[in-house]
Amino acid sequence: MVRTRTKSAAAKGGAPRFAPGDKVRVADRPAFGHCRTPWYLRGKRGEIASIHGTYRDPERLAYHQPGLPAQVLYKVRFAQREIWGRYDGPQTDQLDADIYDYWLEPLR
Amino acid sequence: MGAFPARGQPMPQSKRRNMLRKGAGGRSTHDVGGLEFGPIDRHEHDLALWEKRTDAMLRLLVGPEKRAFTVDGMRRVIEDYGQQQYDRTTYYEKWIRAVRNLAVEQGLLTREEVEARMDEVRARWVKAGRKTSKEKIPW
Repeated sequence: MVRTRTKSAAAKGGAPRFAPGDKVRVADRPAFGHCRTPWYLRGKRGEIASIHGTYRDPERLAYHQPGLPAQVLYKVRFAQREIWGRYDGPQTDQLDADIYDYWLEPLR
Repeated sequence: MGAFPARGQPMPQSKRRNMLRKGAGGRSTHDVGGLEFGPIDRHEHDLALWEKRTDAMLRLLVGPEKRAFTVDGMRRVIEDYGQQQYDRTTYYEKWIRAVRNLAVEQGLLTREEVEARMDEVRARWVKAGRKTSKEKIPW
């Protein structure tokens, strides 16, 4: 017998708010407890490179909670000069980081 | 006399503190990206047996068969240790403490069981003439 598993609505998660190419800004707010959005990226502007998919929320999993509904995870691309202010490397250098949907704000 | 407002005057507003510190939504202990943190140690070293065992234990506990706890929980425990302990522990020292703390947090073991077993092992080592540490590993 072949067993199939259908994901519940919570496990599927919501629809992505952003699409590849969208300009976004990492939220500049305090994190309380476990957080996967590093300090050096808070408030920085970038662009959605791709969508990884939906995953259970690590900020809840860290505290024995199921982490549902699942959250959309994006690969966000930043210019190094945007992150560091004074960046001495090639000005075309980029940095990719995996950021969850609820840490991103749209940029006009 | 100067500290208190005159009768009928409103209490002075306390100065708003803008600098967020750890635990108040500020930069967490482990979150060192971008800080001056010294050169990267590129020295390759073999893992000690206890380090390999820690790795194996972690994979078994987190893996699909047991799902005893999550990598996220492990990270959170390590992050909560505080800067002093964070800076003076090696990678696997951090992980083994987190395994221990999470096992107790989730009721897989009690703290008493862990400490009793550690005392047993220490006594055995002393009897065999092996070097033991008197250091108490903080919980």
